[in-house]
Amino acid sequence: MESINYQNFRIDAENICVDYNGKVALYDANLRLKPGQICGLVGMNGAGKTTFFNALTGFVNISKGKIRINGESVRSAQKDQTIAYVPQSEGIDSQFPINVWDVVMMGRYGSMNIFRCPRESDVQAVKDAIERVDLTDHLSTPIGHLSGGQRKRTFLARAIAQRASILLLDEPFSGVDIRTEKLISELFIQFKNEGKTILLSTHDMIHVREFCDLVLLINKTVVAYGETSEVFTPENITTTFGGISPDFLFGPES
Amino acid sequence: MELCSFLTLDSLITDPLTHDFMRKALLMSSLVAAVCGFLSSYLTLKGWALMGDAVSHSVMPGVVVAYALGLPFSLGAFIFGVGSVALIGFIKQKSRVKEDTVIGLVFTGFFALGIVLVSKIKSNIDLHSILFGSPLGISLSDVKQTIFISLLVVILLSIFRKDLMLYCFDPRHAKTVGINVFFLHYLLLTCLSLAAVVGLQSVGIILVVAMLITPGATAYLLTDKFDNMTIISVLSAIISSLIGIYISFWFDLETGGSIVLAQTFIFLFAFLFAPRYGLFKLKKFFSSYK
Repeated sequence: MESINYQNFRIDAENICVDYNGKVALYDANLRLKPGQICGLVGMNGAGKTTFFNALTGFVNISKGKIRINGESVRSAQKDQTIAYVPQSEGIDSQFPINVWDVVMMGRYGSMNIFRCPRESDVQAVKDAIERVDLTDHLSTPIGHLSGGQRKRTFLARAIAQRASILLLDEPFSGVDIRTEKLISELFIQFKNEGKTILLSTHDMIHVREFCDLVLLINKTVVAYGETSEVFTPENITTTFGGISPDFLFGPES
Repeated sequence: MELCSFLTLDSLITDPLTHDFMRKALLMSSLVAAVCGFLSSYLTLKGWALMGDAVSHSVMPGVVVAYALGLPFSLGAFIFGVGSVALIGFIKQKSRVKEDTVIGLVFTGFFALGIVLVSKIKSNIDLHSILFGSPLGISLSDVKQTIFISLLVVILLSIFRKDLMLYCFDPRHAKTVGINVFFLHYLLLTCLSLAAVVGLQSVGIILVVAMLITPGATAYLLTDKFDNMTIISVLSAIISSLIGIYISFWFDLETGGSIVLAQTFIFLFAFLFAPRYGLFKLKKFFSSYK
């Protein structure tokens, strides 16, 4: 028998369960991702996608199972700034009085001193990140004055500034303009080449086929997991969405 | 002739300052207002108005018990303030009752307990001054305690200013990058309890929640920058306190009520005339005439 070297996996979730006060949100879920892999997380609303993200970031505690990030615990992944979370547009108070620069700077907080005073290197990281998402003209724009796509890019810049090796993106393509969509997909290819691991949840099946090496279909637990070409079949999708046929979901051409 | 000299602005402002109790009231209330105003921006953004109401009412039995036992009243208030929040969390988790109902239920229960205790424990506790505040009759030991607590809250909020802002804005990100969200949650609650304690001296338990939410709400209408919001919040709180105390002196009105009314008027002014977020959107109005 060959022993598995857990260090090889960026994310290694084994039989994880999450329940909120006795109500099961996710059970017996497994996921293994290596550096440079992009995995799509697909499921209905309430299927446990956000719960999965929450478990990986340590925002909720798992009641069973084991999560290893780069072979270490979630706690030490938090300390090492390993994981960046890019929230869903609805998950953010867009009226909060804060500008683009300050949001992106929050990506550096974890590695600053207790007063969160930016060092030269933090300022540079924030500048670079904002440049990569093409928001240099909006440094001091309050996030409430941005378009949906620009706001999405702001949070992506925060993840870049954090220099995380794992990116979790909750619905990165929902409610964004074409320019942002193109910019995000270009960034994904760059991230992949940099060896970052990406897990993204999406409703858009075309995006899954376009970017994702792997796909994880969930409905409270894993329905199917593997290479997109093998796993992303109409039968599996139908099971994931509780018996609704993919024709109905994405139109007859897919 | 005499009436005229009485009505000069100068004497209206300076005359009250000849009284020792007025000087003390103005200073103490400004300090308390500054502390509550500082905290107010966080509570407004976190959506903790109801929580502020709950904590400020729940400290009542703590104040009474501490007085009866000869302990600093801030200690009793603090224990009951944090205790009420813990109880709210516990009942919410263990029952199907909705959160706002639980909050209302717990704080009125604590408040009622406080009132019952006051009637039972015969001491020098003045129910009226707890309920409605007595900035004009503040004692020396109260002054010391108020200054100490105020400084403590200001120092805590200043040190964790950015972390608390992140906690209000995006707790999930805070947790992901290893910031102790549990600690920040209780830090904010602790500051809330302490601010409620100092605030109740100037406006009383019933109205202290106004000190904790109105300045922040006013500032929120006037700016898109967090730091400016804090500054505006603190300033509007201090100005309201000064206006309120003067008005109560000139017209012989209840002081606590006057302070809160002044805050409410400043809020209404911002609500109507704030350049960008006011009802009349003055910024648009003026720029269309350029």
